[in-house]
Amino acid sequence: MSVREPFERAVRAHGPTVLRVCRAVLGADEAEDAWSETFLAALRAWPDLPEHTDVRAWLVTVAHRKAVDVVRRNARATPVPELPDRAVHDEGRDLDLWHAVAALPHKQRHAVALHHLGGLPYDEVAALLGGTTAAARRAAADGVAVLRTTLGAGTTTGGRS
Amino acid sequence: MSEELLAGAGAPAEVLDRLRRRLATRAHEEGLLDVAYRTLDSPVGPLLVAATPQGVVRVAFAVQDHAAVLEELSATVSPRVLEAPGRLDDAARELDEYFAGRRRAFDLPLDLRLTRGFRREVVEHLTSVRYGTTATYAQVAVLTGRPGAVRAVGTACARNPLPLVLPCHRVVRSDGTPGRYAGGDAAKEQLLRLEGARA
Repeated sequence: MSVREPFERAVRAHGPTVLRVCRAVLGADEAEDAWSETFLAALRAWPDLPEHTDVRAWLVTVAHRKAVDVVRRNARATPVPELPDRAVHDEGRDLDLWHAVAALPHKQRHAVALHHLGGLPYDEVAALLGGTTAAARRAAADGVAVLRTTLGAGTTTGGRS
Repeated sequence: MSEELLAGAGAPAEVLDRLRRRLATRAHEEGLLDVAYRTLDSPVGPLLVAATPQGVVRVAFAVQDHAAVLEELSATVSPRVLEAPGRLDDAARELDEYFAGRRRAFDLPLDLRLTRGFRREVVEHLTSVRYGTTATYAQVAVLTGRPGAVRAVGTACARNPLPLVLPCHRVVRSDGTPGRYAGGDAAKEQLLRLEGARA
């Protein structure tokens, strides 16, 4: 007999995190597609998921794979400039933040998404992005430094050790 | 997140609501929505209504703890459980009509997998106790062909997975008092009053 909790609970608990991770590596509309693909795949796998799986980390990993799929698919299609964000998604500073994240070099963007927004430890970030744990840590730190500069002063940060 | 810089990174509630609705629709289309549920307000408090693709499988009162009921459904039916109000439109409408006094019997596909054996026989006989009437536990025992099984009838009613739809509230004690009810004794009395079975 399964001991899995109702899937709805995972959607509510981790839906926001998955959306942020998707949003960091994709435009607003594509992020929604990746979110849907993530939770549909997760729902399919849910009954057979090993009991002690860290659900959030698992979902972030699936989300990253789906987001990368979307990027690849779009790269094969006619290149389209990133769509302007709809006002309903992001406002003000939030919009600036997503633009700044989108402007980061690929590896920094993904490292920031996975570690700072997705909460994955650096070794798992490294496993997804390739390279060493130290490199993943550096990419995330560099990314955050760039964001801090781009978004201007007035932002203090508690930082992560 | 510990980075305050990223603390403002939004996941707006209205976007998440829309995404959850879309997920429920797609899960249904792809045959992955094993248990759909919604809650609705009623005169006897919030009700949880859940359905499988076969039909309505569970109705539960707030006093039964909706979170616990969902966990039970996850364990016994399938953990592919999603809130999907659209899948329960018919059930919600019929329940609303019942509470408004405009419906005397339910016409919904049912999934009786949560009850088996004698208990299932008992709950299947409950619809023969008509709206506005009552039957004693002993009478229902006779109805099921086991007149000695009065206590078992009581248990079957108490564990009825589909209260209201299968009207266990119409089964009362031999002395005429309503007796216990999964939704609370007051709810039972309220339902009997609604149906005009009691002054």
